[in-house]
Amino acid sequence: MTTTLDTMPVSRMRSRALHPYWLAAPGIVFLAIFFVYPVLKLMGLSVVGADNSFSLAAFSRIGHTDVYLRVLAVTFRISLDTAIYSLLLGYPLAYWLAGRPDRQRGKLLIFVTVPFWTSYLVKTFAWMIILGHTGVINTVGTQLGLFGQPLEILHNRTGVMIGMVHAMVPLAVMTMLPVMTSIDRRLVSAAQTLGATPVRAFWLVYFKLSLPGVTAAGLLIFISSLGFFIVPAFLGGRQDTMLAQLIITQVQEMLNWSFAGALSVLMVGTALVACLVYDKFFGLSTISGGTVRENKSWLRQVGLAILGGVAAAVDMIAKPFGRLLGGRHILSIVSWTIIAFLVLPTLLVIPLGFTSSSFLEFPPPGYSWQWFSTYFNSPVWISATVRSFGVAAATAVLATCVGGLAALALAYGRGRWSGPIFAFFLAPMIVPRIVIAVGMFYLFANLGLVASNIGLVIGHTVLAIPFTMVTVAATLKTYDTRLDQAAATLGANRLRTLFGVTMPLIKGGLVAALLIAFITSFDELTIAIFVSGGITTTLPKQMWDDMILQLNPTLAAVSVTVFVVVTSLLIIAERFRRSSSQNL
Amino acid sequence: MSVANDTKMNGARADAKLVVDQLGKRYGSVTALEPTTISVPQGELLTLLGPSGSGKTTLLQLICGLTPASSGRVIIDGRDQSATPVYKRDIGLVFQHYALFPHLTVYENVAFPLKMRGQPAAEIVRRVGEALDMVHLGHLAERFPRELSGGQQQRVALARCFVYQPSVILMDEPLGALDKKLREHMQIEIKRLHRESGATIVYVTHDQEEALALSDRICLMNHAKVEQVGTPREIYESPKTAFAADFIGISNILRGKFLNGARTTLNTAFGNFTVPAGSACAGESAALVVRPEHMRLGVRGDNAIKGVVTEIVYAGSETRIIARLNEEAQLTLRLPQGEAPPRLGQQIDVSWERDLAVLVP
Ligand SMILES: Nc1ncnc2c1ncn2[C@@H]1O[C@H](COP(=O)(O)OP(=O)(O)OP(=O)(O)O)[C@@H](O)[C@H]1O
Ligand SMILES: [Mg+2]
Repeated sequence: MTTTLDTMPVSRMRSRALHPYWLAAPGIVFLAIFFVYPVLKLMGLSVVGADNSFSLAAFSRIGHTDVYLRVLAVTFRISLDTAIYSLLLGYPLAYWLAGRPDRQRGKLLIFVTVPFWTSYLVKTFAWMIILGHTGVINTVGTQLGLFGQPLEILHNRTGVMIGMVHAMVPLAVMTMLPVMTSIDRRLVSAAQTLGATPVRAFWLVYFKLSLPGVTAAGLLIFISSLGFFIVPAFLGGRQDTMLAQLIITQVQEMLNWSFAGALSVLMVGTALVACLVYDKFFGLSTISGGTVRENKSWLRQVGLAILGGVAAAVDMIAKPFGRLLGGRHILSIVSWTIIAFLVLPTLLVIPLGFTSSSFLEFPPPGYSWQWFSTYFNSPVWISATVRSFGVAAATAVLATCVGGLAALALAYGRGRWSGPIFAFFLAPMIVPRIVIAVGMFYLFANLGLVASNIGLVIGHTVLAIPFTMVTVAATLKTYDTRLDQAAATLGANRLRTLFGVTMPLIKGGLVAALLIAFITSFDELTIAIFVSGGITTTLPKQMWDDMILQLNPTLAAVSVTVFVVVTSLLIIAERFRRSSSQNL
Repeated sequence: MSVANDTKMNGARADAKLVVDQLGKRYGSVTALEPTTISVPQGELLTLLGPSGSGKTTLLQLICGLTPASSGRVIIDGRDQSATPVYKRDIGLVFQHYALFPHLTVYENVAFPLKMRGQPAAEIVRRVGEALDMVHLGHLAERFPRELSGGQQQRVALARCFVYQPSVILMDEPLGALDKKLREHMQIEIKRLHRESGATIVYVTHDQEEALALSDRICLMNHAKVEQVGTPREIYESPKTAFAADFIGISNILRGKFLNGARTTLNTAFGNFTVPAGSACAGESAALVVRPEHMRLGVRGDNAIKGVVTEIVYAGSETRIIARLNEEAQLTLRLPQGEAPPRLGQQIDVSWERDLAVLVP
């Protein structure tokens, strides 16, 4: 493909052409204005007093009332527990998936990606129906006589943990899986021929080599959980209030920016400390798929010693059970159970959308279309739906352009700035959404963008950019070598190559990025809570408002619609992504 | 020592260290290894030689227990090991791509099998030191595998295997990833380690030169079964099949049908040839194998054939002449030192002594 144009001297072209990093410039500017500035501004507000002078009043207020410290402690605790439980459930599933043949794994992965992308609102809605006092579990349980009186599993910590872990296991699996599939399983065989029992071979070799994935997943889950508010708001009780809920109240009800800023500082600070601790022990590069550099520190020795101890202990415990535990079947059963936990709750909502009852009882006494017709005949719902589609479409285009260009910049220009640029574009995924949303709200209030579609598109684009960049970058990775040649031989004609050669070849990746960005926007709530409102409500915002007021079957009908839209887009995206990598 | 002989002995030989008895493997309808019987005496280096997909790796994995067998037994030192799990069989396996643990240093890699066997610390230090010295890697003990060259990694893999002195060592194309020069160097190392340790080694390769350089005996495999087992000389001088003749060394293979009931003359596309005295072949058709060094210029032997010189290859100690017989076939002959080579394109007669050829089915 390069033969027709490669007559030009390379060096001359190189020097005249702009550096490929310039392709990332639009994204950098965009994120600087709509992400970095608002977040820093909000955090800056934390030290601004009533009379616009420097003041630490907000922080001292946090320090003096133990209400806030307790919320902080609860947030920390829930996030930590969520990380631990999600890893415990995610590990066996990821291990099982990693052991499947490639094609089969590709298909099974849908059981992880669909729950991952299913709206938190839909998932939470499902759990409310399942866990409630007259919910599915309690109805079925009491009818079968499993327990005498209804279990208290909603509006308390149990409910929160179930919802949080359910939301986070897919992230755990998706983070660990790439690490696990890259582990050479022959190493485990090698350990066995060298005299290690299967149990010890697993711990000393496989588990050790999968640790970067495990810890990266733990960190991501912990940080994401810090900013959660949907799950604790609906599944938790008063004592389970988390930091993000507090921030929302401060902004929406008290308009206390300074205090909201201070709380945001706490949240970002906690996330930052978690990152630093992680970096100290494992190195942040492992998150983006870099390899761990083994060093010879005492820390490594301690780690290996602990691992050796664990291996020996498990080996002892497992010995009496012998064959039983080593069986492949056990792992399959466990994995399918976890998949059921991930998938079934959401599926349960589907029959409820078609219920003939006016209540959300399960199983539905009969079936009808009435709630869908209520949905489709309600101007409020329809306008929200139309707006969500429109905003999502605009977001998809904008985020794919900006993120795609950034991915190209990284693929063409491999220099020492690639790492920092990559990290910068991922940052909106790491900084808690609630902080971004509140910061943006403040900025938009000054720009007059609140309650505008443009504001929503901008906000959603910030959140979608990391996903589009990663998706396009993944496609480019398989395309690397040809891209190199093109870049080297074509020099000044890069733009033509881009549109003539590269674009068509990575078409699949681009379509996947579009769809992913669409989904990101389509069920985005955090920014919508602040930036949309009144007549510019989006679908998730409307669901949130309705769920706060009263659960009703219309919500089920809406949930079914959202679920179907998102799932179909996801399946299409997966098709495109795969066809693109097959073509290469 | 043929397969047939081994079958009869069936592991009863006093000095058989490792006996593979009717060992076979099927994956659904695919036969990866036909039931195979081989016995390996104590201290022997046996190579499994064969083309890709002939079942070499399968046989090795069955012996060490990484793959469960569909049929047959593995016997070590007279004891049936078929039901013994991998980690309890006294077998060392060297993988094709070394399979060094990337998270452990060279020292820790080599110490791994000793630790698994619960050896005392002092003993571990001593033996790892010895093993590393044996492969001349003592100075690199603290490095990680990725900080080593391919050849060094291979030596670590060897040390890790020899360190716990398994009585049987299996090697699956251990030198496959190395360049020619390094490979030849490592072959010498492996020979030395074999000699010094006295271990029984089964060594997989698809490189016939490597097999010839290393082996006490070669087990030639093709299409999931053993074609022939024997010393390199036995296989070279009396191949049992055309495949064996073709795989080891250069052969001229002349295929044809027997002319008469006495089966003394073979009719081929290039003429009629008498077969060596005393050779027998059951079928209607057979092939004559003639090695290049047994072919002579001119009509001197019992059998002669005509060709046109297409190439003259001067290879130092010898000169090889390649002559075209017809559109498809050519033959190779080795010119003795001092004899003048013909010209390119010259019509030549080539002949051989009847009894120097080998008749194969
Ligand atoms: N897990 C498996 N499932 C199905 N067929 C298999 C499996 N493993 C091996 N085979 C088949 O068994 C046959 C022998 O394979 P094996 O790996 O033993 O060959 P090999 O002689 O080691 O070849 P190579 O020199 O390429 O390593 C091949 O045809 C292969 O396709
Ligand atoms: Mg093999």
